[in-house]
Amino acid sequence: MTDYLLKVEDLTMHYMTRTGEVSAVDNVSFALRKGESMGLVGESGCGKTSIAATLLKLLPENAKVKSGKVLVNGTELLSLSEEEMRSIRWKRISMVFQAAMNSLNPVYKVGDQIIEALENHNMISSNEEARKRVEDLFLLVDLDPKMMDQYPHEYSGGMRQRAVIAMAMACHPDLIIADEPTTALDVIVQDNLLREMTAIQKKLGMSMIYISHDIAVIAEVSDRIGVMYAGRLVEYGSAKQIFKRPLHPYTHGLMSTFPSIVGPKRELKTMPGEPPDLINPPSGCRFHPRCPKAQQICSQQAPEFRDLSGDHYVGCYFPMEVTFDGG
Amino acid sequence: MAAKISQMNINNPENRSALITESDETIVKVEGLKKLFPLTTGMFKRSTSFIHAVDDVDFYIREGESLGLVGESGSGKTTVGKLLVRLLEPTNGHIRMLLDVADQDIARLRGRSLKRFRWHVQMIFQDPYESLNPRRTIFDTVSEPLSVQGIGDIAQREDRVAELLTMVGLAPAETFMFRFPHELSGGQRQRIAIARALIVSPSFVVADEPTSMLDVSIRTGVMNLMRDLADQLGVTYLYITHDLAVARYMTERLAVMYLGKIVEMGETEDVLANPLHPYTRALLSAVPVPDPTLKREPPNIKGSIAKAIDPIPRCRFYDRCPLASRVCEDNDHPPLEEKGPDHWTACYMV
Repeated sequence: MTDYLLKVEDLTMHYMTRTGEVSAVDNVSFALRKGESMGLVGESGCGKTSIAATLLKLLPENAKVKSGKVLVNGTELLSLSEEEMRSIRWKRISMVFQAAMNSLNPVYKVGDQIIEALENHNMISSNEEARKRVEDLFLLVDLDPKMMDQYPHEYSGGMRQRAVIAMAMACHPDLIIADEPTTALDVIVQDNLLREMTAIQKKLGMSMIYISHDIAVIAEVSDRIGVMYAGRLVEYGSAKQIFKRPLHPYTHGLMSTFPSIVGPKRELKTMPGEPPDLINPPSGCRFHPRCPKAQQICSQQAPEFRDLSGDHYVGCYFPMEVTFDGG
Repeated sequence: MAAKISQMNINNPENRSALITESDETIVKVEGLKKLFPLTTGMFKRSTSFIHAVDDVDFYIREGESLGLVGESGSGKTTVGKLLVRLLEPTNGHIRMLLDVADQDIARLRGRSLKRFRWHVQMIFQDPYESLNPRRTIFDTVSEPLSVQGIGDIAQREDRVAELLTMVGLAPAETFMFRFPHELSGGQRQRIAIARALIVSPSFVVADEPTSMLDVSIRTGVMNLMRDLADQLGVTYLYITHDLAVARYMTERLAVMYLGKIVEMGETEDVLANPLHPYTRALLSAVPVPDPTLKREPPNIKGSIAKAIDPIPRCRFYDRCPLASRVCEDNDHPPLEEKGPDHWTACYMV
């Protein structure tokens, strides 16, 4: 119990829009141990970024947390005031956003932006100390420390993403949430960056949440994987469990639709239909209209999210029985 | 289908002839293709240097086959695609296509013959949110190539659009025809873009990252659709992508580009199983694999991709190559050589 860094309990969050209430996150529960990395995978609009924003309390005004708890080291975040939350952001939890260019201010030198984050959290006492810290951070993410006096536009895409990661690590947080950190990058740069992030995470004993639509990226960097569909967490377990024996039909389908460059070339299966509109989500299990195993009960009542086999959770009445053989 | 088009077009003197298939099955042959973009400086916008976006590229595509063009951003793959459909004018080189009565050099087409060329060659773009006009109905968008080419009357065009919509899986067609793009999902929009490209029964289609904006559960459907249509209609594709796994699924042959040069080319499975060029090897080893038990070795490559601005006459990959030696620096970029059956690579050290 105590070794959990993060516990999310029954989190439900809606967006109020002109056309109706969007059920973006529905009854999501999961826990993450200290030093573990978790991958949150799902398609656009499935609620993965909304969960990240809720954890940091960086939600837009029209978002409303309906219920649930977010515990970090035993502290409940959702009931904290904005001021109290400010002391937690960066210091305990920080975030790497997808569009690195947008998280850096174009008119300030990159190094100064990191120093500002450090100053705001009283992490430094002198200018020399600040520059030394930034230098160390740059070395950690494999950036030339000389670049701290340059502006974001002088950086390449991969370098900017490194700078953003350096900034996220500046205050030694316990948890970093990385939302599609390498999506806009080329594969060689992506590979390099993910290797470094994993190495730093292990070295500093941080916890990490990677958010991605790319199941291959998630497979490589995560100890545990959560699969989201239409606002719900449908499966959660260790990466090995999930890849060896996906229990939820959606997880199974997702794996069968993914091409790979290794193994024999196989036909990819098409999943029927499209993800639902979350203003009017399907009744019962939200995947039932697309599910090959759906029965009557699936449309009537949402299945319980239960531990089926040793820390491997699934929200499905009729979990898959077969092991994944590549389709 | 092709028959239907020619029926519709019976009174048009410029009726398109059947595609001539000689003993040679090559439909596209590119020789010495070059595109330089000037970088201008100073008050008089003088071009002081050039980006060599596509630099002396040779390749061919067989009829009915799909050639994948892969590489990182800035490798010139999209520029090749645009040159092939003449959205860009080549600086130099020849693009021969066997489309009409005789094969012609696409790079030199002007006026009416260029318009006729557009009948045979179409392009599918990456972003279905950008490539469809939001103010026009699906019917307007899909039938546009017919009206540009003056094929059929309104009723015939409606029939043809309905036929295409059904073919791309948007059925019943009547429910889609007079809707607007914003009413459709990303996957449906890309299907519209495919229908628009195929409505004139083109022989050759350039598809530039057609599925990279789509979610996985939707993407496979669009990929399978493109493959099925290629089989049914005998379309030849140039399939541009940065995703090697997608390229493997979609193509029979593969060309790998690096800084404006094709560095390796061959049958897709052969190139992926036996990559020869050090860049191809690095690229392949960087691709994440959906298997948490597998530990990949890091790619063997130095530094990061540069821009091909007035490149030094040596191997383009020299700076980053683990095999680089004197010969690679002293000579110009190596030519593509056949190292195995239909397996080409441009490297002095292989």
